[in-house]
Order: sequence, then C-alpha cells, then structure tokens
Amino acid sequence: MTLPLIVYRSLRQHALSTLITAGGIALAAGLLMTVWRVKVESQAAFTQTSAGFDAVLGARGSKLQLVLNAIFHLEASPGNVAAADAEAIRRHPMVKAAIPIAVGDNLRGFRLVGTVPELFSSVEFAPGRKYVLEAGGRLFSIDAREAVAGSFAAQRLGLRVGSVFRPFHGLNFDPKAEHAEEFTVTGILAPTNTPADRVIWLPLRGIQTMAGHDPKAATDVSAVLLQLRTPTAGFMLDMLYNKQGNRLTFAFPVGAIMAELFGKISWFDRVLELVAYLVALVAAGSVLASIYNSMSARQRDLAILRALGARRRTVFGAVLAEAAVIGALGALAGLAVHFALYVGVAGLIRAQTGVVLTPWAFHAVLVVCPLAMTALCALGGIVPALKAYRTPVAETIAPVS
Amino acid sequence: MLAVQQLRKSFVGPDGARVPVVAVPEFQLAAGEQLALRGESGSGKTTFLHLIAGILAADAGRVEIDGVEMTALGEPARDRLRAEKLGYIFQTFNLLQGFTVLENVLLGMSFGPRGADRAHARAVLERVGLGHRLGHFPRQLSTGQQQRVAVARALANRPRLVLADEPTGNLDTRHAGEALALIREVCREQGAGLLLVSHDEGVLSQFTLRRDFAELNQAVREARP
Ligand SMILES: Nc1ncnc2c1ncn2[C@@H]1O[C@H](COP(=O)(O)OP(=O)(O)OP(=O)(O)O)[C@@H](O)[C@H]1O
Ligand SMILES: [Mg+2]
Repeated sequence: MTLPLIVYRSLRQHALSTLITAGGIALAAGLLMTVWRVKVESQAAFTQTSAGFDAVLGARGSKLQLVLNAIFHLEASPGNVAAADAEAIRRHPMVKAAIPIAVGDNLRGFRLVGTVPELFSSVEFAPGRKYVLEAGGRLFSIDAREAVAGSFAAQRLGLRVGSVFRPFHGLNFDPKAEHAEEFTVTGILAPTNTPADRVIWLPLRGIQTMAGHDPKAATDVSAVLLQLRTPTAGFMLDMLYNKQGNRLTFAFPVGAIMAELFGKISWFDRVLELVAYLVALVAAGSVLASIYNSMSARQRDLAILRALGARRRTVFGAVLAEAAVIGALGALAGLAVHFALYVGVAGLIRAQTGVVLTPWAFHAVLVVCPLAMTALCALGGIVPALKAYRTPVAETIAPVS
Repeated sequence: MLAVQQLRKSFVGPDGARVPVVAVPEFQLAAGEQLALRGESGSGKTTFLHLIAGILAADAGRVEIDGVEMTALGEPARDRLRAEKLGYIFQTFNLLQGFTVLENVLLGMSFGPRGADRAHARAVLERVGLGHRLGHFPRQLSTGQQQRVAVARALANRPRLVLADEPTGNLDTRHAGEALALIREVCREQGAGLLLVSHDEGVLSQFTLRRDFAELNQAVREARP
C-alpha cells in the first residue's frame, strides 16, 4: 500500500504536468495504433476486395487502373472492349462467368454502371453472399430506363423506389453535363460493405445508348469481370491476352494487383510509421523531462521518506512506478484517441472507396502498443529515478546552518 | 540503549580543507532515558543526530542502537534499523506536504517491521489531539498542529529512541512548552528514550538530564583557538 500511495500522491501533487504529459502520450499512442491498424487493415481490406471475381479483362493499359475502375469503381476506365472480344471471353471454356460493365456517367458524383442482371442473380460478391434487394424493390429490366441503387449512394442521394433521375455525363459531376434521359429507380440494394454500395446500376444498354455517347461504340463495354473455373486458367489467359495479344489487358489475380499497389506506396507507410515512432519516443522523453524537472521539488520528500526508513530502492521504485503509471494512463487514453481517429479514418475510406474497415475489431497492436508505451515511459523514468536513488538524505533534509 | 564511541565527521570547507564538525569520544543513553543536549548554533548538533540516525555516514567510530552496531551495517540494513527503532522529530517538522496527516503517520510506520497500521496511526493521532484532522493536509494546519503531526509520526512505529532536533524551535514560548511536555509524555508512555538537542534554555531547563554538547564534542573545542 505504501508504493501506490506515494505514487498516487505524487501524481496528484503534480496534477497539471501529469495531465499534460499523459495527454502527449495519449496522442502519440493513439497515432501509433491508428497508423498501424490503418496500414494493416486497409491493406487486408483492399487486397481482399474482389467483388467475387478472379480477373478483369479490359482495354490495353494498366492492370491496376483496370482493377480500380472495374472492382473499386474508382479512376477512369482505361478504354473500351469491343463486343466481339467480350463475347469471346464469355464463351471461353475456362470462364465460369463473365459480367460486362460499362461506365461513363454519374449521378452527382456517384457512378452509374451498366451491367447485366446475372451480376445480381448468380454472382456471390463475397463467399456465400449475393446481392439482395431491399423489400419493395425489383431488378431493372434490361430494355427499360431503370436503375438499382447501391445502399450508400441511395442513402446519400435520397433515392427511393420510384425516384426519377437524369444522369450526368462523365465520371465526375458537372452540373452542366446533364443527360436528357430519365431513369426510374426500381430497387435499392441491401448494404454489402463493398465498393458496390456506392454504385447506381443500370442495364448495360442504358449506358451504351445514352444520347451523346458515341453510337459507333454503342455495343462496346468498359470491362468484363470474370470468374474462372481453375486458377491455372488465369495463367493461360494471362499468356493469351497479355503476352501474345496486344489489344487487351487481363488483370489477374485481382488481390495480387492491389497488393502490388500497396507495395508501391509502402514507402509512405514507412514514413508514417517512422513519424509515429518518433512521436512515441518524444512522448516518453517528455515523461523523463517532466519528472526530472520536478525532481528538485520532490527530492526533499524523497529524503524525508528515506529518513523515515525507506530504502534507496524504494524511492527509486516509486519514481519509476510514477513514470510507468503516467505512461499507462496516457496509453489508456490513447486507446480512446485511437478509436476516435480510426472511426474518422474508416469513415473517410468508406466514403471515398466503399471499402469498409471495422474500428471495433480487436487487433494485437491495441494491447502491444499500450504495454510498449508504458515500458518506454518506465524506461524514461530511470533517469529521474536514479537521481532519487542518489539523493543525499542529510543534506537534502536539513538546510545547512 | 544508545552508545556512541569515537564518532567523527568532518566536512570539506569552502577553502578545500577538511573541517571537523563532530568528534565525540564517548556518549551513552540508557533505555527510556530523556536527555537534552545544549549547543550553540553551528556546533554540530544536527550532524550528530544525523550520524546517530544513520542518514549520514560517519568518517570513523561506532554507533550502537539497542545492541546493534549500526555503523557496521550495510545501508539497507541501516535503513531497516532506522525504520524499526528510531523516531526523528525535525526542527522544521519535515512533513510530507502532499500527504494527509494520517498518511504522514502511516508512512512513518510503513517501512518498519509492523507496517502501516491504520488503527494504531489513528490512536497516536488521537493521543496528540489531532483525531479530528486526519484528512487534512499539513498546510491546512497551524504550526503547533504540524508539530504534533511530526511527534505522532516519530512515535507511530513504537521506536526505542526518539531523536528531536530543536523540536520546538518554530513555536512560540507557550506552545513550545506544551509541545515539549507532549513529546516527553508520549515518549515516557511508549517507553522510548529521548535525545533532544536545543539552544533554548526554556526547553533545556525542563530536563533533569542535561549536557553541554560543546563539552561532549571535541570538534567544537578544536575549532576554538
Ligand atoms: N553537508 C555539509 N557540508 C559542509 N558543511 C556542513 C554540512 N553540513 C553541516 N556543515 C557544517 O557543519 C557545522 C555544523 O552544522 P550543524 O547543522 O550540525 O549545526 P547545528 O549545531 O545543528 O546548528 P543549528 O543550531 O544552527 O541548527 C556547520 O558549520 C555547518 O556549516
Ligand atoms: Mg541544527
């Protein structure tokens, strides 16, 4: 009971510096945990997002752009795929399913993507999960000016079954580029927590035949999403389209292409990580400084304790424990900082990409980081603790007459 | 109870030379005895008490407390001996400002063999008339009350010997008299010896056992030409 009492009273006596120091640690720990989790979990989320497809066939160009456009509904389409090419891959014996998509229009920033009903009837966007319409809705008819809205887009745009809208030309919203055609919403999709939630789906023909789109390209599609029968099929098609052919790009496997992207931006992660580590180090240093600065004030108390019979190692331990407690308090508050930050970042990522990170999931870093932070602060406490250890009792206790 | 032999301590003066401050060939105090040492300012009284308490290392000599030769012990053992057998009342009280009255007394006990005993700490504080001030901080007390906390703290671990360094120096004459009476009473009740140093004749006159520190301490005589 002695040591906790000494530590508690000392923290109380220096409440302001305790609070400020612990606050700095909370920010550092929160930042560190957030950087770490965003890095690990966003990478996992992005590389695991495939919308249920193994590969994408698109115009000659960057595989990454193709995947971003066709799976994540980000970035411009690298070009078109002729109807004949789309038909050829659909009939390929190694292809289990081929879903064409066409892009080029938006509704106030949310993409309109033309596709075929099979996407909704036969594709599992995640293992065991198919797209489901909210009650009261139905799928669009392929020849009608009808649309099915993803949950996030519908919520943001206030779309309901029966809503009527006019698309805007291009992938980015330009109020002057409104099309004349009117589309009616026939259904809203249940949330999938994938990028598809940000999409408003139209029948393929709806996009292809929009007034103002090039009539010569009216049968082209932007990309074809593919499910393959075997993984080896991917390597054979890769050979066929990428090595032998030179008109089209075959992006396979989807996850590996995203992993490549993360590989390319890993330097950014490392910089961020380095910054977070430095912040943590500075925070631990601040514990050292704040306790050390108040040492001359508390040396008298420590000398009194020694005169009462406390050993050197007791006062050493008291100062060390105080540093560790400041670290632990800061690290605990850091968890709150972390969750606040992470909820914000996850919301941002979701709004921008549709990829969902789950803030409340457990991650080892949530235990390791607070413990490490506490240990680091205790380490910083060694310096003032040594000063406490060395405090000369008689000289400190009685001013020399 | 307390036996001192050939105890020497010198400090390095401003000119770099060693200045002897304490040189006591022989000093003894029997168990439960109450003795006052008279000495002028700067004569080394505080240093002498520090040496006895073992919070200052002697250059040479022996200090024996309750049959244990303290000067032969290692520091941790000396700390333990101090926590177990000694109570110290400082001229400036040296209360821990961040701790309550009760906590000050509990800390006075907690390093000793019996540990912090709340009931006993309360009882001792009741005894010195502070039973109603347990949760107060030292700054919320009058000087006389702070002095009584210091007395309670020194006696809470049931010491065999209490060292008192001008314990009433910060009090006015009336309160000083009361405080001194309290210290002597409580020491007597608990069977603790009392070694008090002072230059205040009013305090010294209360003791039947009195000695001149200048007579005891050869360093004082050596210093005089
Ligand atoms: N740590 C030290 N370093 C150098 N000199 C010291 C030290 N401590 C005490 N002295 C010197 O030793 C002498 C005795 O000091 P001490 O405090 O023991 O005197 P005292 O008798 O208690 O005086 P007072 O009645 O004023 O309290 C003084 O001259 C003082 O300057
Ligand atoms: Mg003195």
